Amino acid sequence: MGRETPKEQQQQVSFTVEELVAVNPYNPDILPDLENYVNEQVSSQTYSLDANLCLLRHYQFEPERMSIQIVVRILVKALMALPAPDFNLCLFLIPERVQMEEQIKMLIVLSHYLETARFHQFWDEAAKNRSILEVVPGFDQAIQAYAIHVLSLTYQKVPRPVLAERVGAGGGGPGRGHLVVLPTTEFNHPELKKNVSESVPLEHVARLFPILG
Amino acid sequence: MEGGASYGYDDPPYDSRQQAPSQSSDVGYDPNFVPDSVKTFVVHLYRHIRERNVYEIHQMYEGSFQRLSERMFRESPWPSVEAVAPYVDNDHVFCLLYREMWFRHLYARLAPTGRQRVESWDNYCSLFSVVLHGVVNMQLPNQWLWDMVDEFVYQFQSYCQYRAKLKSKTDEELQLLRQYDQAWSVYGVLNYLQALVEKSLITQILEREKEGLEQFTATDGYDYEGGSNVLKVLGYYSMVGLLRVHCLLGDYQTGLKCLAPIDINQQGVYTIVIGSHITTIYHYGFASLMLRRYGDAIKEFNKVLLYILKTKQYHQKSPQYDQILKKNEQMYALQAICLSLCPQTKLVDENVITQLKEKYNDKMLRMQRFDDEAYGLYDELFSYACPKFITPSAPIFDEPLANYNQDAYRLQLKLFLYEVKQQQLLASIRTFLKLYSTISVGKLATYMEVDEATLRTILMTYKHKTHVVDNEGKIVSNADIDFCINEDIIHVVDQKSTKNYGDYFLRQTLKFEEIISELERVKMD
Repeated sequence: MGRETPKEQQQQVSFTVEELVAVNPYNPDILPDLENYVNEQVSSQTYSLDANLCLLRHYQFEPERMSIQIVVRILVKALMALPAPDFNLCLFLIPERVQMEEQIKMLIVLSHYLETARFHQFWDEAAKNRSILEVVPGFDQAIQAYAIHVLSLTYQKVPRPVLAERVGAGGGGPGRGHLVVLPTTEFNHPELKKNVSESVPLEHVARLFPILG
Repeated sequence: MEGGASYGYDDPPYDSRQQAPSQSSDVGYDPNFVPDSVKTFVVHLYRHIRERNVYEIHQMYEGSFQRLSERMFRESPWPSVEAVAPYVDNDHVFCLLYREMWFRHLYARLAPTGRQRVESWDNYCSLFSVVLHGVVNMQLPNQWLWDMVDEFVYQFQSYCQYRAKLKSKTDEELQLLRQYDQAWSVYGVLNYLQALVEKSLITQILEREKEGLEQFTATDGYDYEGGSNVLKVLGYYSMVGLLRVHCLLGDYQTGLKCLAPIDINQQGVYTIVIGSHITTIYHYGFASLMLRRYGDAIKEFNKVLLYILKTKQYHQKSPQYDQILKKNEQMYALQAICLSLCPQTKLVDENVITQLKEKYNDKMLRMQRFDDEAYGLYDELFSYACPKFITPSAPIFDEPLANYNQDAYRLQLKLFLYEVKQQQLLASIRTFLKLYSTISVGKLATYMEVDEATLRTILMTYKHKTHVVDNEGKIVSNADIDFCINEDIIHVVDQKSTKNYGDYFLRQTLKFEEIISELERVKMD
């Protein structure tokens, strides 16, 4: 038997929190559990939008219990979920005066850059605020994955420097060629798109049967 | 951007609620006087409920109650429940039902006082507790059960608005707010709705129904085995209630999750009562709009707008008619917004497009220019059509007292316009892409008067904004015109190149058949 490893203990905690969110979300007593869960998401590089939205709602219901630090962490995690609109979903639940806090204003600017594909400006601004972003492991990788995603939507082949800049890798070193071929998907290869042809439903064709018969 | 107050945001949600005569002048209202017609009404209604005559209950609820209200209680409340109780054996449950109708009438015709709002909350608590304990054995019409949930959420929203306007409150009113701080608490409201969903086991019932193990939709929710439909149907409608409350809070993701057990691609119990059908789709569409799932919103608005177009004539005499019309207009406004942000040709029915053009053609053209005037129009339409967002937290009674009832709305509007601004340059991309099948990045940059790096950014933004994440986490494109870049060349893909021949020939064949049969009927001398 032995003692549970910390990882096992952690898994038990997250199971319980997810359960809470599913069956008892409107109970003010679960707020501390939800806050702990945010910290756990940060340290174990996991993510749960539902649990975080649940917490933001509780902060909305009882603003005196809000922790700005937790909100900041939730927002950073949400940025990492791009291209999903999670960051905006969180903002909808955060009162305007809280959005005026310096750290949150900065994150809103970062989100704006990412939403409008201004990766160059994003990496510049992120560099100036490393102390806040470093707290959440996996941040850089998540944003790079998002950048690759947008590039893959757009390009079949992209010039290396363009790619390098988007993923914040600087000017691009000795390349094995000027062009980088991106993974092939239906979004950058339209000929691959399944042909959702203009099929006619059977009920409509059935209206012709009296005429044909 | 200031906005909203001039667009009637503060007006009562339903236009049919007239300017409320003050109750302090209810000269001549004696709560203990029970006219004969009311005696007859409650006696018959009580009997029908005991005998489970759903049809008659519905006739009395929709018909007689409205007629009596119109004739005798235009500007005063119905007789008090205490006065009426002796005629119905002081039946506890009937009295709760009567009171629920009593308060609903009050909200519709008069302005409820703070104390009455609290009393109504108490009544709902008692009524729902009785239902949740599973001790009722009634069958009630779906219209009534829907109205209960709908009114419950409405009164909650109304209370939040009322509570947030502190400046003009009397000391007595403020004292009442402090004293009854649990009345209409957001936790209470959400927990009751959640409890109804859970206790009714409605999600399991719907699951089992899919596998053919249970009947619910097939019986319109009614129980033909001697049991009660009340808890089940209240649980069902509470899912819509939860969607609505979450939209009022700005939590669109969770709202849609609450609705998920209901398949809106099919008819269901939610379509039986037109009010429930409209409310469901309105909130589904609005939440989808805020989640940037414009395609989903457009499709659903289209279906329900077409439905209303075809059936509204049958509801002209109904007490819900004004509300139907109001929601109809709001959904056209939302559809105009969606189609301006995400132009589509395939998803909208011709008849709906005709209506839309009549109402908003000019505005939609201007909205797609994305200049300052356009933002003003987005503001206007959003403010007109959006739900009445609320601030759910308890009021702060420190001096100076403020009114904060518009805060929630202002935040949602601001974030919405922020999103619109981010999509500003996409319209010009669309215009240019329509003109070319291929074009180099350099050339397009010249035409758009930006440098190449900026153009690449704009093109990627276009891709990101038109490829959204659906509710299963997959990427879905809602672009009507798309492209991909190979090295430096942009290859344009026009999605709408396949014409709908099949449908076209079908319609023409049927039309000709009609003409031919008419000609054959013409007698030739």
